[in-house]
Amino acid sequence: MTTTQAQPPSTSLEPTKGARLTGWAANYIDERTSISGLVKELGRKIFPDHWSFMLGEVALYSFIVILLSGTFLTFFFQASMVPVIYEGAYVPLKGIEMSAAMASTLDISFDIRGGLLMRQVHHWAALLFVASIGLHMLRVYFTGAFRKPREINWIIGFLLFVLAMLEGFTGYSLPDDLLSGNGLRIIDGMVKGVPIAGTWISYLIFGGEFPGTDIVGRLYTVHILLAPAILVAALGVHMLLLVINKHTQFAGPGRTNDNVVGVPIMPVFAAKAGGFFFIIFGVIVLIAATFQINPIWVYGPYDPSPVSAGTQPDWYIGFADGALRLVPPGWELEILGFTLSLNILVPLLILPVFLGIVAFYPFIEAWITGDKREHHMADRPRNAPVRTAIGAAGVTFYAVLWAAASSDLIATHFKLSIEWVTHGIQALLIVGPVIAYIVAKRVCVGLQKKDREIALHGFESGRIVRLPGGEYIEVHEQLDDYERWKLVSFTDYKPLMIRPDSKGRISILQRVRAVASNWFFEDRIAPVTRTEIEQQHGGHH
Amino acid sequence: MTATDKKTRGIEPSMAKKSPSTARRERAAGRRHPLATVALLAVGLLGTGGAYALFTTSATAETSTAAQAVVEDGAKLFAANCATCHGMNLQGTTQAPSLIGVGAASVDFQVGTGRMPLAATGPQAEEKPPQFTEEQTLALAAFVASKGPGPGLPNEEYLNADGDAAVGAELFRINCAMCHNVAGAGGALTEGKFAPPLGGVDSKHVYEAMVTGPQNMPVFNDNNISPEDKANIITYLKVLEETPSVGGFGLGDLGPVSEGLFIWIFGLGAIVGITIWLTAKSN
Ligand code: HEC
Ligand code: HEC
Ligand code: HEM
Repeated sequence: MTTTQAQPPSTSLEPTKGARLTGWAANYIDERTSISGLVKELGRKIFPDHWSFMLGEVALYSFIVILLSGTFLTFFFQASMVPVIYEGAYVPLKGIEMSAAMASTLDISFDIRGGLLMRQVHHWAALLFVASIGLHMLRVYFTGAFRKPREINWIIGFLLFVLAMLEGFTGYSLPDDLLSGNGLRIIDGMVKGVPIAGTWISYLIFGGEFPGTDIVGRLYTVHILLAPAILVAALGVHMLLLVINKHTQFAGPGRTNDNVVGVPIMPVFAAKAGGFFFIIFGVIVLIAATFQINPIWVYGPYDPSPVSAGTQPDWYIGFADGALRLVPPGWELEILGFTLSLNILVPLLILPVFLGIVAFYPFIEAWITGDKREHHMADRPRNAPVRTAIGAAGVTFYAVLWAAASSDLIATHFKLSIEWVTHGIQALLIVGPVIAYIVAKRVCVGLQKKDREIALHGFESGRIVRLPGGEYIEVHEQLDDYERWKLVSFTDYKPLMIRPDSKGRISILQRVRAVASNWFFEDRIAPVTRTEIEQQHGGHH
Repeated sequence: MTATDKKTRGIEPSMAKKSPSTARRERAAGRRHPLATVALLAVGLLGTGGAYALFTTSATAETSTAAQAVVEDGAKLFAANCATCHGMNLQGTTQAPSLIGVGAASVDFQVGTGRMPLAATGPQAEEKPPQFTEEQTLALAAFVASKGPGPGLPNEEYLNADGDAAVGAELFRINCAMCHNVAGAGGALTEGKFAPPLGGVDSKHVYEAMVTGPQNMPVFNDNNISPEDKANIITYLKVLEETPSVGGFGLGDLGPVSEGLFIWIFGLGAIVGITIWLTAKSN
């Protein structure tokens, strides 16, 4: 609002009744809670304005949508496996025996006003929630925003990601339909693959032989009590650390490692954020109102005998399913009369290792680089080629596992044989990350070289000029300082030097570290220095 | 499935080992059957003559003169279109299995869905626009049936889709979903073979597919699934086809895979677009 004349002058002189009321209320609350300090602190928090910084918010808002819709669902859902005869509105299931959980989910879908929309909102929001967390994590990774002092927040973020997957899986299993039962059956199989204790653990989880009669109730407790409680607590800490550490920012004039440039939260950002929440809410409701998700009435109630072709978990569990599908047949060992199911154990080990590397990456990188400085500037991905390349390899690994979960659909849709698809994906799982690593690194170094060129010599303007001597040259346009700043201001690192310890020895660990550090930094383009720029410009003018 | 597997179709083990009581049930069902003679002969022959009889049945099919004319039409069509692969006497060749004893249902299914005559060699015969009229198809069916008894054409009363959809749905989940997917969206089998999606398939062809078990599909004879239950399955498939997907667009009934792709590409895509727009405004 820039039109100040439009306002009647009286308003600025004496407060209206409404303003007096809010003033009084604010005062009342502040005198009793001293909350104004916190509000002031929060209000001064700065928010940088690159789009990728809003992905975390997308996750937060979709979680709020999940909480709202999930609460609605709890009013009608019955987490019980007691068999009932379905007598609801959906004719093709009338008179069929099913668990109360399934029947009540069908009732939510067909007999409760707005129920189907709420289910679809809940499920689509869940998919969006995990997807936005994933993208948010990638943003943090590729900009190096996980470096000191934000490593702890990375770990908490990772915890949120795992909890989100747990929430998703437990929720997916609640309706007790054919797909969710198949999913649980796979979990049961995996648990039973654990040597020696497997069967007992399975009995413990399911309260007897699979599927038993307890599992839905237990999952319900996890889904609506345990996991959300931990999730909300972790989210709180995540936000708190964010306020304490502040956001990272991309380089630009006036932006340094010691400040944050952007819009303060109050009032502009708060207004924008409020609006943004409703945009996310709106997009989710729009999707939920137009696109069907998880039509359990088509899948039918769970029964251990039928298995459907094309059974898949929700996307975020896909990578685990894919890992199981990729294991070559016959990976089983017999040792002393016990069968060691490597076909289950190998994926069961690979997945935690992969997730573990993700979780502890900040510490691994810090150890390799020996970098103990604080970082508040976001790296451009090209300026950390090896990190970017590792990320690309990791993303490829994950994506291939994910694709493997739909190997059968790939086969039918592209008219290929399932064996070839599986072999192809197996090969890709090993070769793909290597290729991704090499390509990403090359691209980064190439881009860095180009940046350096442009910073030093400007960019080709396409304007050809004939000099008095008859010579033709192309005029190179210089960047303005604003643009150049973005290209040159990044910090360079050098490989660690190995130094003997106090006893004059060099431990093996130190050697490994030196090798790793060399690998991390070997191909690098040093940033353009101020003197270089000045020399260049001196020469040109 | 190889050609030799197919040759044994006429003496489907489950049919050959029929107990007297099931044979009786079959006869009861056969009374309403248009090709009742053929069905009866099937039971009689399999019970007594066994495999040997199959090769000497050409004279046993008892048909009226009108039917005889149809069979002759069929014979001509067969000689012109099918014999190169299946042999003049239906005995089969290296390229195609014997058709003796496959029955009218099998021919009607294979030709009626356009699978036969086979066009290209691939992992399995695929559906294409049928090349023969209804009449010609029936003539071919009658001809093949005259050469050796097998499952006959289904009785109309089972094809009206007026059975119990709930029962049909349950049977479908137990017997068919592992190949055809619960929503009938189809699925992959080994070596490039696949179970096709079932939307839009004629009731008659569904019934025939069950009794003849084309290619990699198992045979569901009347002991496995009674004709009434087959009618229930057909009813369910028709209900599935006619009920619009309740929750909005179905995304191809591919379940979580299409849902996941959708949320990444369109859901998150739209939202990233919005964030870029929002931050661009503020700059
Ligand atoms: C190009 C060769 C070829 C031609 C021409 C051909 N078929 Fe076939 N037919 C095959 C093959 C191969 C199979 C086996 C398919 C399979 O099981 O994978 C087959 C299978 C069949 C079957 C199923 C047999 C069973 O065991 O159920 C029937 C019925 C049939 N053909 C009828 C016909 C008729 C009728 C024609 C003529 C209109 C015809 N075919 C023309 C190659 C051919
Ligand atoms: C072992 C897997 C398997 C099972 C179980 C199975 N089918 Fe099939 N079905 C197939 C295959 C493979 C084909 C394709 C045959 C062909 O193309 O000739 C097929 C074809 C069909 C067709 C023809 C579709 C078309 O497009 O013309 C129908 C109808 C059908 N099946 C119905 C059923 C029904 C009903 C059941 C359960 C009673 C069932 N199938 C069980 C594998 C299976
Ligand atoms: C406190 C928060 C939550 C509550 C109260 C809640 C409640 C519920 C209830 C009652 C159901 C069963 C009803 C039904 O299936 O329709 C359900 C299903 C589900 N929940 Fe939640 N939920 C919460 C959080 C989450 C989160 C964080 C996720 C995912 C990341 C999630 C994912 C799912 C999924 C995928 C289903 C299956 C939906 C379907 O049937 O299609 N939920 N939830």
